[in-house]
Parts: sequence; structure tokens; C-alpha cells
Amino acid sequence: MKTESVLEKVLASGKLAVTSECGPPRGAVPEKIKEKAELLRGYVDGVNVTDNQTAMVRMSSLAACIFIRQMGLHPILQVVTRDRNRLAMQSDILGAYAHGIDTMLCLSGDHPHFGDHPQAINVHDIDSIQFLQMVKTMRDEGKFQGGADIQNPPKMFIGGAANPFADPFELRVARLAKKAKAGADFVQTQCIYNLDKFEQWMQGVRDRGLHEQVHILAGVTPMKSAGMARYMKNKVPGMDVPDEVVDRMAGVPKEKQADEGIQICVETIQRLKEVPGVSGFHIMAIEWEQRVPEIVERSGLYPRPEL
Amino acid sequence: MKPFEPVIVAFCCHYCAYTAADMAGSQRLTYPPNVKIVRVPCSGKVDAIHILKAFEKGADGVYVAGCLTGDCHFKNGNTKAARRVAYVKKLLAEIGINPDRLEMFYMSAGMGEKFSQVASDMTEKIRELGPNLTPKATSQDDQKAVA
Amino acid sequence: MITAERKPMEEIVASIQPFQRILLVGCNECVTVCAAGGRKEVGLLASALQLKFLKRGQTMDIKEITLERQCDPEYVEEVATMIDQVDAILSMACGCGVQEMARRYKNLPVLPAVNTKFMGASERQGVWAERCQGCGDCLLGLTGGVCPIARCSKRLLNGPCGGSTNGKCEISPDVDCVWQLIWDRLKSLGMEDRYEDIMPAKDWQTGRGGGPRKIIREDMAE
Repeated sequence: MKTESVLEKVLASGKLAVTSECGPPRGAVPEKIKEKAELLRGYVDGVNVTDNQTAMVRMSSLAACIFIRQMGLHPILQVVTRDRNRLAMQSDILGAYAHGIDTMLCLSGDHPHFGDHPQAINVHDIDSIQFLQMVKTMRDEGKFQGGADIQNPPKMFIGGAANPFADPFELRVARLAKKAKAGADFVQTQCIYNLDKFEQWMQGVRDRGLHEQVHILAGVTPMKSAGMARYMKNKVPGMDVPDEVVDRMAGVPKEKQADEGIQICVETIQRLKEVPGVSGFHIMAIEWEQRVPEIVERSGLYPRPEL
Repeated sequence: MKPFEPVIVAFCCHYCAYTAADMAGSQRLTYPPNVKIVRVPCSGKVDAIHILKAFEKGADGVYVAGCLTGDCHFKNGNTKAARRVAYVKKLLAEIGINPDRLEMFYMSAGMGEKFSQVASDMTEKIRELGPNLTPKATSQDDQKAVA
Repeated sequence: MITAERKPMEEIVASIQPFQRILLVGCNECVTVCAAGGRKEVGLLASALQLKFLKRGQTMDIKEITLERQCDPEYVEEVATMIDQVDAILSMACGCGVQEMARRYKNLPVLPAVNTKFMGASERQGVWAERCQGCGDCLLGLTGGVCPIARCSKRLLNGPCGGSTNGKCEISPDVDCVWQLIWDRLKSLGMEDRYEDIMPAKDWQTGRGGGPRKIIREDMAE
């Protein structure tokens, strides 16, 4: 074991891991994050906490993670390179580890153009791959990026993001290889609706043995409505939503669409369980955390292993 | 007080618009004396500075007349002219001058009537818009020109 | 070249409002190439300003001159004889030129008439695009001659990110995804295996991160 992370233990045991996500509030309201996290207790091995998601200011991921850790749950600290330079990032990682946070995700982040502060400079002192390298060096060599020794180096279980649906497709397996080489222990993928394309990517991943170098958690998101399906299809970069999914959502009366979305999500998980190389699932039910327990149960992923 | 007589400068290309003006003349079609014609080899020769200087020197309205689309004797001088006219219209708006005081027209050499119509229409439009520069300002300009 | 665009007329007019006599100075190099501040643009701006003031019933004394460059003291010196005839200098050069004029003519306000934009190249007539950010440590040899620092919206050295769509950047369909361009170049050069080399974290000290920069040629500087 590289770390004390529960997620690492579950993955090492060979059982399918489950993670989910909480978005911090747009204000100093700790109750909101605690409520969301409480809904997930017992149903997940780790809870991602997003970092100024969609470039909109929210309570810091680190602060929200600390609240969640104090509840006895296992937060996954998401950090984007958009808002902080390497000093600030290393500093936050030390602070997180000191609070008992041992799992994190290294990301680039959405461009400020999309958010509420488009005037802000985007930092990108380092990119997500250099970030993975930096955290691995902190953990395995006990050294800061600048070279000096760290007292009590943070033993972080390190994750990255993978998007099999972004362009150019021919690079997406090579990109995973780069992340694995840089130090990713696990990746969470963009939410999957196009199973054929995902399986195509997984074939490429398996051909190179990457599924053995890095654990792949397949991302899923339940749709709340046909409108949401259309929005994700047309307006969100890097998202692949096939027409059949939109049609299926639209083919059901409005009051039943939410349940249909959950059904599709559960079916997706069942199908993904059959794909070799998938080590678990990352359920992103944004502002819909209350349905996650149901999804976990109906997918046969409950109870979570006792380790 | 004298009624306002607009001063219009018309940049006319030699091959089409200027010839159309001639045609109007030989057909005995009248057009207002307000329109002062400047003959250019091609409407594409007209640059932004020429248009601005015309206004600066006291023109109340300016137009550029070139060949019909696709017929320019120099291939695409008229399209270039049109782009420049659009550019200067924006510039005029930025300095507080009504962009309608500047226009681009297209005509063939034989279109005497069109030439005459355009000249009259433009004159009337500008008459309604009034003088571009105040009479006080124009006389200052005349004095500068003399000096 | 260094590209620039004329400031909005309102802003220029407001800045010269307090003065009676202006020296409008253009530059024959970069701003001429991008049609922002060369001889033609000087003439145009002078005429437009005159028209603006005439409409208010005022006149402005505007002298026009275009120097070879404004970023070299020898050329800046050329207007020394005109200085006591004006109250302010309005420069159409890039920020470098405006500052050199201000440095030489300490007793006159020197005002910028253009917004300096970026170091770029002409894609075609009338279109200029950003190419270089002066990072001070050029890595173009590794990326097939295409710069991710200047042309990636997130400055990724190991791109693309997950937002690349159909060869375009997530922020706009008008912006190319430079990592798509780099990948295409690497392919056409037979250098695909370069892609998986990890580019390490950049030392920004050679760029603006290290403070304002200077180059000194000891064989040339006295």
C-alpha cells in the first residue's frame, strides 16, 4: 500500500470501488456540504469535493474536505491548476494531509470564460500531468517540487481525470498512458453515455496494459430530464450523449423522466461491470445526491466492503 | 438666412459610374448641382482618408459609385471599396457623425437614369439630415484652407 | 510583429481634450504591418479627430509625423525640433514606442492611441493571430513548431485537455485547439512518439515571472 486511503484498499482488494461527488456551496454555509455528504455515508468509498467547479467561486475544496473528514467520511480533494501556482498547491496538500485527507484528484480545470469571473487570470503554473508528477514526488521521495525535503511527506493516493470522448480520439489512450507514467494511481472518467465509444477506448487501454497500471473508475451521471440530456449533448464540451439516450428520455412523460434517468444510469453501471479493466464507478449526481444510495443499491454495489 | 444646400462629393469610377454620369448628360437627365463628381480610375482607388478629408473639408454627404457586382474592370476594386465604405461608416459613428451620410452605389456605364436617381436621392437625404458641420465651424475651416 | 488596435475614438478624444496642440506620431514597423498606427492610420486619425472637434465648433492643431520606429532613441530624437510647438504627444506606436517617447520627452504628456495586443503573425490579409508570449525558453522544436504557451487557452505543456472538440478549444469554436495542431504536425513529421514524453514543469523565471527583463550584449554595449 502506498497510502492509508480507503479507496486504495478497496481497489487493491479487487472489489469494485464506488465514489461520488459533492459540490461546495456558493457561500460560507458548511451545513450544505455536510448534508450532501451525509446522504452518501455507507454508500461510497470516497467523496470527491470539486474545486471552484465550472470556474465559479465556491467554498474551497480543502475547507469542505475538512468538514467531511471530521464527519468520519473519506473526502477526495479535487485541485485545479487554473487557480493556484505550485507553491499554493503544495501548501494546500500539506494542509489537507495534516487534516487526515489522503486521496486527491489533479485536474486542469474549466476555463474562467465559463464562470463568474471571466476577468481573472488563469494561473496554470503547471498542468495536470506535471501536477501528478509533483504529488508523486512529494509522496514517494518526500521532496517539494523545488527539491527541498518535506517534513512528514503527504501520502496521497493520486487520481486524475480521463475523457475518452474528447477529441482527438486517437490520442485519448496515449493521454491515459501519460497520466499513468506521471504518477496517477487511479482515474475517473467523464460520464459515460456512449458505451460503444467507451468500450473502444477500453480496448486500446487494455492493449497497452494500462488498466493494470492505473485503476479506472467509470463515470456515470443520471439525467434528470430530457432537457438536461439535450443540454449535455449540445452545450458541454467533451461530452458524448448519443441520440438514443436523448430520445429515450424524451419518450417518457415529464414526471417520469427523472426515474428513467436513474434507470438508464443503473443499466449503464450493469453493462460497465462486464467491461474488463473497469475497477469501479464514479457517480456524479450533481445537486441530486439523494438518489445516489438508490443507484448504488440497484446496481448491486451495496453494501460497501468492510476493510 | 439662405436655405441649406448640401455639398455632396461623389467618387465615381471612370469605367462605369463616371460614364453613367456622361450618359445622364447626353440623355438630358438632370441631377442636382450639389453633387461634385471626382473621377477615379476604379472605386477601389478610393481609400478611407479620401472620404474623411471630403467630410473634413465641408462635404455634407459622400458616396462612392463603382461598377456592378462582378463587373469591376479591375476584378474586385468595387468589393474593396464597399468594405472600406463600411469601415468608414463605423468610424463616422464613433466620432458622432451620422453614418448615413456615406454610401456605396453600383451601376453600369449605360445606367444614366440610375446615376441621376442616386444623385437626387442622396441630395435629398442629406438635405433632410442637415449640414454636417455647423456653419460657424465650416467658415473656420474655410479660413484655415485659405491660410 | 507586435500587433495593436486603435483605441476607441471616445477614449482618444477624452485623452487629448485638455490640449490645444498635438503631435500625432506613427511608426513604420509593426503597427504599419497590422494597419493600426502607420502613416495611413496617422492620416486617418488626424482627419477623424479634426472632424470630431469641428463638429463641436472647435479646431485642434494636429501635426502628423511617422517615424521609422519609436523603440530606438535615434528615431525618437527626430521629433525634438517639434516639441516646443506642441502640448502633448499622441503616439500610435506599441507600448514600447510610447514609453520611449515618454522617456525622451519628459516634460510632455505622451498618450497612447492604440491598445497593444500580442506578438503575432499574419494569417492572411487583414487577419493577425497570437503566436508568441515571450516565455524566454523556446520549446518550439519539441512541438512541431507550434506553441502551446501562446496558443493553448490553459497554457498546457502536456495537452490537450478534456474540452478539445473537433479541433477547437472549449472556450470558442473560433479558437483552434493548439494541441490538435501540434498532434497533426507531429504526425506529419513522423514524430508521434514524442507525444508521450512528459514535458516537465516550466521554469517561468525566463519569462515575465522573473520580473522585467533585459538583454545586454557586452560586445555592443558601452
